[in-house]
Amino acid sequence: MTPRRRRLVLVLGIVAGVAIAGALALQAFRENVMFFFDPTQIANGEAPSGERFRLGGMVEKGSVVRQPGSLDVQFVVTDFQRTVPVRYRGVLPDLFREGQGVVAHGRLGPDGVFTADEVLAKHDENYMPPEVHRSLKTPAAAPTPAPEG
Amino acid sequence: MDWTWFHRFGSPPHLYGLAGRLTPWFAWPSAFLIAAGLYGGLVLAPADYQQGDGFRVIYVHAPSAWLSLMAYTWMAVAAAIGLVWRMKAAHAAAASCAPLGAWFTVAALCTGMLWGKPMWGTYWVWDPRLTSELVLLFLYLGYMGLRSAIEDPQRADRASAVLAIVGVINVPIVRYSVEWWNSIHQAPSVMKFGKPSISWPMLTPLLIMFVGFTLLFVALLLVRLRGEILRRERHARWVAEVVAG
Repeated sequence: MTPRRRRLVLVLGIVAGVAIAGALALQAFRENVMFFFDPTQIANGEAPSGERFRLGGMVEKGSVVRQPGSLDVQFVVTDFQRTVPVRYRGVLPDLFREGQGVVAHGRLGPDGVFTADEVLAKHDENYMPPEVHRSLKTPAAAPTPAPEG
Repeated sequence: MDWTWFHRFGSPPHLYGLAGRLTPWFAWPSAFLIAAGLYGGLVLAPADYQQGDGFRVIYVHAPSAWLSLMAYTWMAVAAAIGLVWRMKAAHAAAASCAPLGAWFTVAALCTGMLWGKPMWGTYWVWDPRLTSELVLLFLYLGYMGLRSAIEDPQRADRASAVLAIVGVINVPIVRYSVEWWNSIHQAPSVMKFGKPSISWPMLTPLLIMFVGFTLLFVALLLVRLRGEILRRERHARWVAEVVAG
């Protein structure tokens, strides 16, 4: 092997080694890298019990109940297979809507209700003007997100 | 195969002249496209059905994020070429990429935070996408710090090249973080297979901005590369001739 060939093999070896090490490390930390758990993972007992964690999913349509005269709000988070009821007191972000993604940070109580102390909206990757969204909504079959909650 | 064209890139005076001649061919189209893209994105494009006018951050955020990754990839490839072929010009190109990539990373992070506050409800969360992009910034800073910490230019080239190559593993992690793990950051709207998830009147200015930013990066890279070559060759006779005019 010429010295240049040897250096090339060395560089490719570094890249391959780091890639394998990175893949193994990320595989090992899989759960810790997860930003949130969805309701199915919680039903399977994958979420840490008794600790704070994040719950993510869609706000179920028609599930948002606001207590008049206070900031208390209750809603149901769904991944279209399982659901988790959520209790929260505080200001909700602008994009919080029924049928939209949400990430709540808090604890799962023994009664199965998730008490959140922080609620973030998760936007999806769809960008469109309001007219396009209205015309998309007319065929009622498509599960398009509601324009407002 | 004849490799003389490749080895001519290794000649500093040749590369210096070539970079100077090429710069306007990237700088002017870039200025034109960015102006057109900003006008299209900020004025002509319709507001989003959910985010209103706030979505327009995408016209700076997405191209910056794209270049933060592309600059790193170029930097690592140039560093590898420099390491394998012992080509000083390639090391100079890698060194020129780093500050540009770092600034595009800062731009992507800052614009993302400005968008995140009204849309998500927070400036920052330790989410896989956000965290890996921050790691990318630290890799750029580490690369530049390592270079400036070693006085001997050849040793600085080689040590920083190894760091650049090792760090390239982070590029696919940033790109695929939103698909591999649950993330608060949305999945790609444009850089994916299949139909873009963004309507055409909004997408056209975005694509113009992507091309404009990429050309801007190349133009700035050429300018920086010329400066880097002059700095490295400051004792050479041809530099004295160039400076004297």
